[in-house]
Amino acid sequence: MSGPNTSYDPVEVAALDPAAVDAAVEQALAAAAGASTLEELKAVRGAHQGDKSPLALANREIGALPPSAKAEAGKRVGQARGRVGQAFAARQAELEAERDERILVEEAVDVTLPPGRRPMGRRHPIALMSERIADLFTGMGWEVAEGPEIEAEWFNFDALNFDADHPARQMQDTFYVDPPGDGLVLRTHTSPVQARTLLERGVPVYVAAIGRVFRTDELDATHMPAFHQVEGLAVDEGITMAHLKGTLDRLAAELFGDGITTRLRPSYFPFTEPSAEMDLRCFVCRGEDPDCRTCKGTGWIEWGGCGMVNRNVLLACGVDPDRYTGFAFGMGVDRALMFRTGVSDMRDMIEGDVRFDAQFGMEI
Amino acid sequence: MRVPVDWLREYVAVPSDATGVGIAADLVSVGLEEEAVHRGGVTGPLVVGRVLSLVAEPQKNGKTINWCQVDVGDANGTGEPQGIVCGAHNFAAGDLVVVVLPGGVLPTPQGPLKVSARKTYGHVSAGMICSERELGLGEDHDGIIVLDRRYAGDEAMLARCVPGADAVALLGLDRETVEVNVTPDRGYCFSVRGVAREYGHATGAEFSDPVADLATRVPPPSEHGYPVELADDAPIRGRAGCDRFNARVVRGLDVSAPSPGWMRTRLTEAGMRPISLAVDVTNYVMLGLGQPLHAYDLATLGERIVVRRARPGERITTLDDADRALDPEDLVITDGGETPIGIAGVMGGASTEVSGTTTDVLLEAAHFDPVTIARTARRHRLPSEASRRFERGVDPELAPAALQLAVELLVEYGGATAGEEVTDAGSAPQPAPVTMDAGFPSRLVGVAYDRETVVRVLTDIGCAVDGDGDALTVLPPTWRPDLTTAEDLVEEVARIEGYATIPSVLPTPPGGSGLTHGQRVRRLVADLLAARGLSEVWGAPFVGTDRLAALGLDVDAETARTVRIANPLSDEQPWMRTSLLSTMVDAVRRNTSRGAKDVGLFEVGLVTALDGPQQQAPTEDVGVRPSEEVLAAVRAAVPPQPRHVAMLLTGDADRAGWWGAGRRADVTDVVELVQALAEALAVEVVVTADAVLPWHPGRCARVALADGTVVGHVGELHPKVVAALGLPARTVGGELDLDVLTAAADRTVRARTLATYPMAQSDVALVVDAAVPAAQVHDALVSGGGDLLEEVRLFDVYEGDQVGAGRRSLAYRLTFRAPDRTMTTEEVSRLRDAAVAAAAEAHGAVQRA
Repeated sequence: MSGPNTSYDPVEVAALDPAAVDAAVEQALAAAAGASTLEELKAVRGAHQGDKSPLALANREIGALPPSAKAEAGKRVGQARGRVGQAFAARQAELEAERDERILVEEAVDVTLPPGRRPMGRRHPIALMSERIADLFTGMGWEVAEGPEIEAEWFNFDALNFDADHPARQMQDTFYVDPPGDGLVLRTHTSPVQARTLLERGVPVYVAAIGRVFRTDELDATHMPAFHQVEGLAVDEGITMAHLKGTLDRLAAELFGDGITTRLRPSYFPFTEPSAEMDLRCFVCRGEDPDCRTCKGTGWIEWGGCGMVNRNVLLACGVDPDRYTGFAFGMGVDRALMFRTGVSDMRDMIEGDVRFDAQFGMEI
Repeated sequence: MRVPVDWLREYVAVPSDATGVGIAADLVSVGLEEEAVHRGGVTGPLVVGRVLSLVAEPQKNGKTINWCQVDVGDANGTGEPQGIVCGAHNFAAGDLVVVVLPGGVLPTPQGPLKVSARKTYGHVSAGMICSERELGLGEDHDGIIVLDRRYAGDEAMLARCVPGADAVALLGLDRETVEVNVTPDRGYCFSVRGVAREYGHATGAEFSDPVADLATRVPPPSEHGYPVELADDAPIRGRAGCDRFNARVVRGLDVSAPSPGWMRTRLTEAGMRPISLAVDVTNYVMLGLGQPLHAYDLATLGERIVVRRARPGERITTLDDADRALDPEDLVITDGGETPIGIAGVMGGASTEVSGTTTDVLLEAAHFDPVTIARTARRHRLPSEASRRFERGVDPELAPAALQLAVELLVEYGGATAGEEVTDAGSAPQPAPVTMDAGFPSRLVGVAYDRETVVRVLTDIGCAVDGDGDALTVLPPTWRPDLTTAEDLVEEVARIEGYATIPSVLPTPPGGSGLTHGQRVRRLVADLLAARGLSEVWGAPFVGTDRLAALGLDVDAETARTVRIANPLSDEQPWMRTSLLSTMVDAVRRNTSRGAKDVGLFEVGLVTALDGPQQQAPTEDVGVRPSEEVLAAVRAAVPPQPRHVAMLLTGDADRAGWWGAGRRADVTDVVELVQALAEALAVEVVVTADAVLPWHPGRCARVALADGTVVGHVGELHPKVVAALGLPARTVGGELDLDVLTAAADRTVRARTLATYPMAQSDVALVVDAAVPAAQVHDALVSGGGDLLEEVRLFDVYEGDQVGAGRRSLAYRLTFRAPDRTMTTEEVSRLRDAAVAAAAEAHGAVQRA
């Protein structure tokens, strides 16, 4: 604060001259506008707003004026100081905004630089396909059952009405556990889970079994010694082949698209009677392209086997075949994956090359 | 089964415009799956040509070619003669020949050959004059086909031989053969007769049973038939090996007489090689009617045939000149009960074979038990056309008609006379009647079949249906031994009426409880590992002892824990794996050999873990529920197969890149994965140092549950293992028993109230012997810190001069919090000191100044 003006000399108070005040304001505004950085603004601010600035000095002189002049001079100087203050504040805000803006620009990084410190892994698409199928069944109110891969012949064959001497038993390309007389095999299908389920859970039962099965096929583009099947079994009162057809159609539509249905052809399996081969409507041409390479123009693709559970299977599992009927079906999960995704060489599915999994997401 | 279409037409009224593809489609509808439709490989233009002129032109290579002008009518579009170079010399100007014009396709062993005009021997040869072999008509390649000679005397055929006329149809090259897959229950479809019957069912075309006609000419059994004795003293499963044996004799056969061309063509099309008249006739009858026959040289036989089981030590030389040891279960045809002269239903013996000097022949048509034949064919690895049919069941009433056809053919084409001897030993088994409610097919199939439909279908397929009202008694025909239950009859009704009529109806299950805990855990584990950068793989579970040895495992101990495959794909890999790692290493190698450097893999799968000697699993007849004891024995014999999860990482865990250097995967990465799994499952696991193979003894950890149950091991692979398997150095991994983790996770966590008062932290640096595991220091701090110690976090490890050799400094941040108050500085200090004191007492830890 400046002290009281004790040596007032009106002649000397040139600072209060309106022209001088206006000039001081103009200079101050020019200085504020001329500052191009916050530092420059700060540097010039003292000269125009500080204690020694012309307007501050002018303000100090007001007290020395006669009361009649005080009001006018006070108003003039006050307005002038207000204008200068606003100008500097505005410039301050402007420059701060510019600085903030600039910092954001300077801080920009190339977000397209490829990351990759820890790439994602993947699930195997066969596992994903199996889970998708399992979810489909649980969604329909079924449950998912399991069984061992090294299986007793009784479960794999006898319980399923494969007579020891029946040609069908020889046609399974079975891996036998040594010594063969021990009655153990690598399960040739997921069907032994049928017998396990019926014995363990009783009826009514609606279960799907999804898992790995084995046949003595050398590995090549279209064969694997180990592959995957999904098995469905429904045993209840009043179950018919129409229920089998309905379930298969639902499965086909869910996995391959609306309108993809199934076709049954008479066939033979020891564990079903009547039995059928199941064909899938060609999901590529939908039966409309006689030159279709996927279905060879037939409009249908073989997918699996099915039928009504043979009475001998029910008997072997202690189920009354005169009261309960059931259907069962089995098809390849690997084939379903091939259909869905166009995998053309089965070796890619079993060799474990990470590039195979990496093609797919974690939902298939 | 390959069915030549013209043969099929003989037995069923196939529409004249039906194609092979159409026939195959019709057969599919009744359950005969299409395998293929075969055709001669020739496609036109293949036309008749007349040689107008030929100029012989000797060539430098010593050959002489003929430059021919051939009239092919308008077939070449111009009507001008066609210039063709021909290397054959068995023809002259004026002869009618077969010409393939440019654009035509010929079959060759290397595949189809498209013929085009080409420059050769100084001419442009616009096509080819064809030989039999070039057209796939036969083996004759000595010269080209001359139609005038081929059809000499056949005015009708000669009239068709006009230049420009299509030769594809003329030569029968448009003949088709439909190949169908016959399921094991349909033995009768291993014959043209059976397939013709099914074609009739499929299309309604009239079936004319060739057997019905033959049966009218079958002579009655004669008193002086060749003597045959059925003497099976060891039936298998109560069934005699041979229940009926028919035989006929022909005399004065000219064994050198050729089989007629049509028969040879049909045999070839059906997939059998024509050999000689006697053999061809037996094969022809078998293919046509389904009854396997055997021809003996009558002169080599004694006074009678005895059919019996083989005796221990007996041997036979079969038609394929193989000397075979017989098994007492084999059924054999013997000469007078002594010398075996044939393995029944499988293969005849060499000693009684029809030969070049044979004049009189005994023809056998027997009915053998499917089980006996199946076992013998399997035992001797001799699947034959005959055994294939007997295994699946041959019509026991077929033999007399089949013999009649064979005799007639030998008489007609071999100049033989039918002998008086007509043998019919034994008696054919009669089908058993099946009772069925007429409403049962509707109930099982879900289609409303009325009684009339059911009876009509069953009658159509050859059954005799009896019964008033809905209680039907159905007598299956003799050629359908597979029809033994009401369900079998239902399939007949459903398939003849058409599976296409079955509606699509979703069943209504009572509702389930979703996935099991174990199934959910499995997904969680796999999803977590994938999210953490590992890729899921799976592999065949077969390993060899060399692999077990390479992993440093005790081979005897490992193989004692698993089973061996009796018929492995590779003799090098007969064992079922006991660990996932033993097969997973292949996937690591495959990836690195294909150029990948940083690889992280995991597998979830079953391993074998026998906990005692391998046991025998009882078997049981079909259709019988075993006793509880037997079932228990069956279940107990199935080896335990726990589900494991395994991981392998090689290369960098944190990769190098534009951001800087990478960090090689080490054992702590695997421990971290294990901890992540444990946390995700809310299971506490304890990690302690261990030293087991295949792991580096100083870089191996045992993972256990809090109660000590071992979950598995993780570590860095032992350098010797890495070297033996050719893996990248410093490969790390682990394998856990997922079943153990799953069981431990099967509980509900109880929530606790969260403390909201401020926490207080205190840092301590403890100097301990370098050999003291950090986990133990941690545990001591926890035990000494009391209930208010919320967290103990190791934030620095220092080894160096300041702490002295063999020692290290572990710096911990201790976090305390009370549930009901703000803790005072004094209280925190006291608890920290107590924690440090516990570490000092347990491990000699000294607080670093």
